[in-house]
Amino acid sequence: MAFPILSIIVFTPIVFGLALLLFPAHRHREIRIAALVGASITTVLSIWAYFTYDQALGGYQFVEKIPWIPALGISYHVGVDGMNLPLVLLTGVVIFTGVLISWGIDDRPREFFAFLFILATGVFGVFVSLDLFQLLFFYEIAVFPMYLLIAIWGWKVTREYAAMKLTLYLFVGSVIALVGALAMYFASGLGTFDLLALEGAGFSTGFQRFWFPFVFFGFAVLGGIFPVHNWSPDGHVAAPTAVSMFHAGVLMKLGAFASLRVGIMLMPEGAKFWAPLILVLATVNVVYGAFIASVQTDFKYVIGFSSVSHMGLVLLGFASLNLDGLTGAGIQMFSHGVMTALFFAVVGVVYDRAHTREIPKLGGFIRPLPLAAVAFIIGGLVSMGMPGFSGFIAEFPIFMGLWQRAPIVAIVAAISIVITASYIMRVVGNVFFGEMPKEFEGHISPIKVQDKVALVMLAVILVIVGVYPRIMAPLVQSGAQAILALVGGA
Amino acid sequence: MTIASFEPAALLAVLPEILLLALAGLILTLDMIFRDRRGTYLSWVTSAGLAAILVVTLVYSRPGEEQLILGGMVREDWLGFAFKVVLLFAAAVTALLSQGVEGVRDRGEYYALLVVATLGMNLMATAADLIMLFLAIETTSIPLYVLAGFLKGDDKSTESGLKYFFFGALTSAVMLYGFSLLYGFSGETNIYFLAEGMRAGEVSPWLMAAMAALVLVGFGFKISAAPFHFWAPDVYEGAPTSITAFISTASKAAGFAVLVRFMMAAFPAIEAQWSLLLAILAAATMTVGNLIALVQSNIKRLLAFSSISHAGYALIGLVALNHLGSASLVFYLATYVVTNLAAFGVVIVFARTAGSDEIADYAALSRRSPGLALALLVALLSLGGMPPLAGFVAKFYVFAAAVEAGYIWLAFLGVLNSIVGLYYYLTILKVVYLYRSEDEDKPVPVPGVYAAALGVCALLIVAIGALSGPWLEWALRVTGGLF
Repeated sequence: MAFPILSIIVFTPIVFGLALLLFPAHRHREIRIAALVGASITTVLSIWAYFTYDQALGGYQFVEKIPWIPALGISYHVGVDGMNLPLVLLTGVVIFTGVLISWGIDDRPREFFAFLFILATGVFGVFVSLDLFQLLFFYEIAVFPMYLLIAIWGWKVTREYAAMKLTLYLFVGSVIALVGALAMYFASGLGTFDLLALEGAGFSTGFQRFWFPFVFFGFAVLGGIFPVHNWSPDGHVAAPTAVSMFHAGVLMKLGAFASLRVGIMLMPEGAKFWAPLILVLATVNVVYGAFIASVQTDFKYVIGFSSVSHMGLVLLGFASLNLDGLTGAGIQMFSHGVMTALFFAVVGVVYDRAHTREIPKLGGFIRPLPLAAVAFIIGGLVSMGMPGFSGFIAEFPIFMGLWQRAPIVAIVAAISIVITASYIMRVVGNVFFGEMPKEFEGHISPIKVQDKVALVMLAVILVIVGVYPRIMAPLVQSGAQAILALVGGA
Repeated sequence: MTIASFEPAALLAVLPEILLLALAGLILTLDMIFRDRRGTYLSWVTSAGLAAILVVTLVYSRPGEEQLILGGMVREDWLGFAFKVVLLFAAAVTALLSQGVEGVRDRGEYYALLVVATLGMNLMATAADLIMLFLAIETTSIPLYVLAGFLKGDDKSTESGLKYFFFGALTSAVMLYGFSLLYGFSGETNIYFLAEGMRAGEVSPWLMAAMAALVLVGFGFKISAAPFHFWAPDVYEGAPTSITAFISTASKAAGFAVLVRFMMAAFPAIEAQWSLLLAILAAATMTVGNLIALVQSNIKRLLAFSSISHAGYALIGLVALNHLGSASLVFYLATYVVTNLAAFGVVIVFARTAGSDEIADYAALSRRSPGLALALLVALLSLGGMPPLAGFVAKFYVFAAAVEAGYIWLAFLGVLNSIVGLYYYLTILKVVYLYRSEDEDKPVPVPGVYAAALGVCALLIVAIGALSGPWLEWALRVTGGLF
């Protein structure tokens, strides 16, 4: 058997997470170093997997399949293709930078990193999953630690409320999808939860139309689809920085990815039938999210709502059901993940020093924190879809796909670009430029080296994908092609 | 099916019960001889004895051919065997946990009654005759009434015992009336011949359903299904915590053992009515349990309502009336027993130091004893149905059975209920992990025996959850004989 790289990526975090719990609680420094080692291994392996994937060959690679619960045809079955490989890389990057950003956590860091790593295992497990049961299994592992991470280490004002709201929203979605998955299992008559086998199950059109919304929207709750997006900004804001990064950067992709993998790929007829509704809801996400972001005065809420808006673009790409749209959505998942992780990292750096996130009370932070300002501006340019940055590589194909499918949606959704530009400019102008309020003068400590590494790493990735799209676009396109083969053309 | 003629080898099938009786005698004898000796040695004797019987059961008492033995009083089969294993495990852990409970830890009659109750439960799991079944249920119940009221100086415990007794006596009477009608219409007392007798007597399905409903009152009481659940919260709260753990796990599992055997064997003619009746019962039980659990402030009461709701989930497996359904039920009960024992174990350890069962007093437990907090986390999340813990797969299987049988609405109701459940488990964890307390510098010591018991339960919870394949195969095999 070949080197089980995917399994190692999936299980390294949880092994380290559980091992951390054996450390004495007060050895903060050792705990952090162990956490960084674990994160580094995962990250290096996910980068390695990304670059050793054979694009010429295509299809699912690094496949491992072991019977798990044979009585019900459940296997541990993993593999990556063009669609999920970038997401594995994304998770690797975010866990590494997240550990760096969390260096300063002093309250029970052992438990913090343990929960964060359990979460990471869940996320990896979903992304590489080729078995429906396994996907659901890891999905819930990914969602749950969120509750404790936000409730314990979050922003004191809203953490209890936000953590509970988030958990309940996501679980309602996932258990509804679970019933849909069971219905598919029994209707297929194949006696297997294998996703590849279920793709060929040939569900009747009536079945697909009935069950598609349960599965798709069940997962799409975590993707932040309107009108069940409300948990997301509250959750982002209440979470500690690394958790916001994980949450907006990776977890929301989990929802979008699962609704693609299970909803659209297993029930393409249902997807075609329900696509108009998804288009409408996702357009609301994009435009309404951007509008709400532009009237927030809390720095972190701006980013929180911008995620709602950008995830709408991903869902629009899915609903276009054509090659351009799906490719764009795939790249957008990666690009937005890195970008929003960068945003939240910067917000964290500023908040740790200013102890406020009210935009009107901030100003002039470029002088003490030049690197944070530059990083934020790069993220902002990505967010606006500027050429030369990854956002362009992602959003342009989405709009192309939309134009082929429903030009009016493309036009309406494009409004969001203007609004995005306006709120990003406003934040940049008010937080980083302008007069620095008196009380901050001389009190802003310089940025720590761990934060620097994290910010630089995230920003560089955004630029690389922007100036050299060949590093990702053809790969994602090959994945989109495979999906299209199931959906059967536009 | 015919009744096998008596052979001495048949006694091997009831060897665990014989040994249990001997163990009860041994405990009483030891207690009389070493009257002056106080301490926890009786707990060790009981626990080791039960563990030894568990091993003997696993080795010598494995059923061969499935058959009715000892004059048709008990049936030798894998289902009964599986339940015996679960029940003996629960009893052994309970005996161990009793060490920390003030007022019971050094009392010989307490341990003897515990063993006798276990004996009754084992017989419930295998009884194949109405008379044997009734005797088994009473052999279980009467010691439990006494145990629930064991703390004589404590009003709540007395109330608990009395209430348990009144409810139990009433539901037993109704059930017995059902039994008498069953005998009257079929002329049979063996539950495996009832169906045949009914068919011969041309009893109308509705009359059968009415008799089934009467019998169900008794069983519903044992498993605390709504609307026969009213005793549970008060009894759970007042009883010594180790007995609460025992009633909520072993006694409930034994009730389900009876229910599943009875349903499958006695009433094949009215499956549709049965199934619908059980579906309504399951829906009501989980919903009532969960909704009332939401407002509890005492952890024992909360776990009482939570255990009511779990009876509801387990019933879903029975509703499906298919192979996966009954297997999922057995699987569910096994995981539930392990999980709930862990939860009550934490409650006992905490009460030793803090002297309180109020949820609010659990504040900062994660700072006072990280290990204990982690054990509670594992137990509650498993109850809440979170992977990779056992509760997730257990729920997954019962919901799968419901979907397979076409009970989509019940599956949806079940998953939504599990969200409600998750909410109140999380509120406890919030107190444990998030809230601060004045006592947070005072550690909660966890004696080695508890650390071991909780560790075993937690490991089992994770192992059953992550590697459930063999366990499910086992559950499918033991229920194979029912079809």
